[in-house]
Amino acid sequence: MARVVVDVMLKPEILDPQGQAVQRALPRLGFDGIADVRQGKRFELEVDGPVDEAALARIHEMAETFLANTVIEDFTVKVEETSEVAGASK
Amino acid sequence: MTARIGVVTFPGTLDDQDALRAARLAGAEPVSLWHRDKDLKQVDAVVLAGGFSYGDYLRAGAISRFSPVMETIIEQAKAGMPVLGICNGFQILTEAHLLPGAMLRNNHLHFICRDQKLRVENAGTAWTSDYEQGQEIQVPLKNMDGRYVADERTLDELEAEGRVAFRYLDMNPNGSLRDIAGITNEAGNVVGLMPHPEHAVEPLVGTGRTDGLGFFTSILKKLVTA
Repeated sequence: MARVVVDVMLKPEILDPQGQAVQRALPRLGFDGIADVRQGKRFELEVDGPVDEAALARIHEMAETFLANTVIEDFTVKVEETSEVAGASK
Repeated sequence: MTARIGVVTFPGTLDDQDALRAARLAGAEPVSLWHRDKDLKQVDAVVLAGGFSYGDYLRAGAISRFSPVMETIIEQAKAGMPVLGICNGFQILTEAHLLPGAMLRNNHLHFICRDQKLRVENAGTAWTSDYEQGQEIQVPLKNMDGRYVADERTLDELEAEGRVAFRYLDMNPNGSLRDIAGITNEAGNVVGLMPHPEHAVEPLVGTGRTDGLGFFTSILKKLVTA
């Protein structure tokens, strides 16, 4: 079984108040020097069968239509511990 | 003759009973619809009520949008059937791309619950014709993910085409861009808003006013005279 990871992040121009709240808490906890925090989501998909081009195309479609809302989010699809595959929607 | 107004119940929907009651008080025949049922039971219009369908998992409305009932609703809405999305229903409509933009966590990160003043910016939609253009109304607002966002081009387009249907007055409760509380599609049959008109239909409860009843009388008049 292979693992494919889909990372979903808010687009850079979208305000992320949760990330800001985390960033503001850091100095209070003694963690200095962090200028900005953005919070996102990570999906780990355990794939039955080979992770070939067709499988990756399906995962890309899944990410685009369901895991991410491309109105507000960007996503990347990676096969774990090999090369990055389909950089999305920058 | 009256009209049949359907209200969908998803797992986690909270305000379906209030929406059904509001439809009945307006004089319509309320019809319960179930999320797993593609059949709309021959309703003339649909309300997607508020709540936390599927626990807001993934994103608010993201999972409901793929339910069997939504397949039919999306198809019918594109063919002109009136659809009103309230709160979670608005989130579902944006996730289904029946309305542009998206809803995000309130900018202050708190759940908010208050009586909210709104201005009706478009009294020409299927759901707002009983209001005056520019009328100020007050209805309850209660949400966690109520921040309306869209890119600048979409916002300009919405403004230019009169598709901002409602705007927050006095204060912006969630950081929504351009104080947008609700929008309509081009045809005016699909309307979504964050505040809750179905909670303001009787003087005894809610805001103590009946400012929200107009949504339901508007649609009834449209359907009955059509």
